[in-house]
Amino acid sequence: MYRYDSYDHRFLEERVAQYRDQVRRRLAGLLSEDEFKPLRLMNGLYLQLHAYMLRVAIPYGTLSSRQLRMLAHIARRYDRGFGHFTTRQNIQFHWIKLEETPDILADLATVEMHAIQTSGNSFRNTTADPWAGAAVDEIEDPRPYCEIIRQWSTLHPEFSFLPRKFKIALSGAPSDRAAVRIHDIGLYLRRNEAGEVGFEVLVGGGLGRTPLLAETVRTFLPKRHLLSYLEAILRIYNQYGRRDNLYKSRIKILVQSLGIARLRDEVEAEWAAMDKEELSLPEDAIADMARHFPAMDPTPAPADGDAMRAALAAEPGFARWVEQNVAPHKVPGYAIVNISLKEPGATPGDCTGEQMELVADLADRYGKGEIRVTHEQNLVLPQIRRVDLLALWRSLASARLATANIGLASAIIACPGMDYCSLATARSIPVAQRLALALAPREREIGDLQIKISGCINACGHHHVGHIGLLGVDKNGEEFYQITLGGSADEHAAVGAIIGPAVKSDEIVHSVDTIVDVYLRLRADGERFPETYRRVGAKPFKEALYAAH
Amino acid sequence: MTQPEVMRLVTANRLRDGVPVYRTSDGWSPAIADARLVVEDAAEDFLAASQSGPRPLPVVAPYVVEAVVEAGKVRPLALRERIRAHGPTV
Repeated sequence: MYRYDSYDHRFLEERVAQYRDQVRRRLAGLLSEDEFKPLRLMNGLYLQLHAYMLRVAIPYGTLSSRQLRMLAHIARRYDRGFGHFTTRQNIQFHWIKLEETPDILADLATVEMHAIQTSGNSFRNTTADPWAGAAVDEIEDPRPYCEIIRQWSTLHPEFSFLPRKFKIALSGAPSDRAAVRIHDIGLYLRRNEAGEVGFEVLVGGGLGRTPLLAETVRTFLPKRHLLSYLEAILRIYNQYGRRDNLYKSRIKILVQSLGIARLRDEVEAEWAAMDKEELSLPEDAIADMARHFPAMDPTPAPADGDAMRAALAAEPGFARWVEQNVAPHKVPGYAIVNISLKEPGATPGDCTGEQMELVADLADRYGKGEIRVTHEQNLVLPQIRRVDLLALWRSLASARLATANIGLASAIIACPGMDYCSLATARSIPVAQRLALALAPREREIGDLQIKISGCINACGHHHVGHIGLLGVDKNGEEFYQITLGGSADEHAAVGAIIGPAVKSDEIVHSVDTIVDVYLRLRADGERFPETYRRVGAKPFKEALYAAH
Repeated sequence: MTQPEVMRLVTANRLRDGVPVYRTSDGWSPAIADARLVVEDAAEDFLAASQSGPRPLPVVAPYVVEAVVEAGKVRPLALRERIRAHGPTV
């Protein structure tokens, strides 16, 4: 992992001191709320329905065990004993007191964490593949580039007042586990015909009111030009992005209005005129950064063999968990372990302080002390010896962390919704809970199915790219849910289509059950939900869903 | 059956900890049962009075909420405000 240098430490200490004084002045009445609000937002502090909410950045979803223990401490000392992992690989604490926030930020700083740029019209946390450094299909580990982007984009003076927030995602593998195409800028590490590794650069993705997928602006960018090219894109956005209308201010609207060809021309012209050398990334600079993320020892771990086969036969729960939650690792004898935070009936993405402590301990005992957070609101232990899987599973099961549902219907993505969020127009969590409990008994028969729920049009629950997406809306004081079908956030990304009129909250379980029934009836062998939907179209789903209306 | 009259109350979040609070006759309370209810025509003046007083105000961004009294209990009309008053539903 990247470790702070003395400059980073000093900067963060000064920032905490500055914020502590701002809070003191606010509580003393020397700053009005209008004056203080932008300052607290710059430090990730929102005011929500029941309390302040602090959003802490987890850079590209990578945590050390020490950092996770600190998050557990914050959950217990300053919150109500839990935190909520988000679709941006961050964590939110929902029961925070303003007067305690300087101490929280000081605690975070001791483990090289902060909440800067988790709000406001700034660069947000770069999303990355949670299997980085471990995935079988990886071309190159994306984390060094994510860290380079983090350092470039943190407090960038030219881009401190962007038209709107700005999100970048980076995948080092052709299988997209970072939802690259729904980001303002998406980056895929690619190999060109000469065998060189560089980036495919995409621009203009985003969800919210106008869901759009990012389009390719450059098919291959040499690595050394990463920052200068990003800077060229940001300059064009900063210059032409709309500031007169909040709903039209994201770069996706600029791409939509100019067209990708014109945007490409603008970016390329800006880039051609720039001094690229100033931001050039020489090979040794990339190598220096890569040393923070050492490649795994390629020596295979001991084979699991007979003991594993016996355990799989003797423990059906373990066998199900291995089948569903454990993925192959690039080094033989190791595995990637996905920890579901989606126990049916629980709040998606929530994790107690005790659970965080346990995962941190297990990461130290079995996994070299490293944990990842996924945009699907789960955790990952990226390097576990297969011979340790049974012991790990038993420990996880003791803390209700061994739910074997990764990728299945009950592993629902949901934003906090109206139970916590001041922007929400409807609740998300109770709907997710009811759906998960209803679908769990037959989820293995259903297979891969991604249900995503947002409590408002801002789409933090990524509903547009759910196989089945639900958007909570308010109709004359009553909660309704608009259903979209056929979305996808992976390398076959697609925006779902609205199937028809929104349904009432008490009808939603029956409606989703009906959709699933149609899918099971019509699917061909091996066909996932989005493929069936694309093949058969909306009609049979619509007919079944609205037949009784 | 007669519909209960829709009244108005003023709510905000407490500055130091963000807790939802309700304007009473002489201050702020975290209990909605303590909220002072006024008729629609008096709501604007009540809100203005809630924002007056020595600085700093102990609350952030007061606003008016519609509510009725049912079985002796204050019930905001909007679900959002009921969740604010009574906590998450999960």
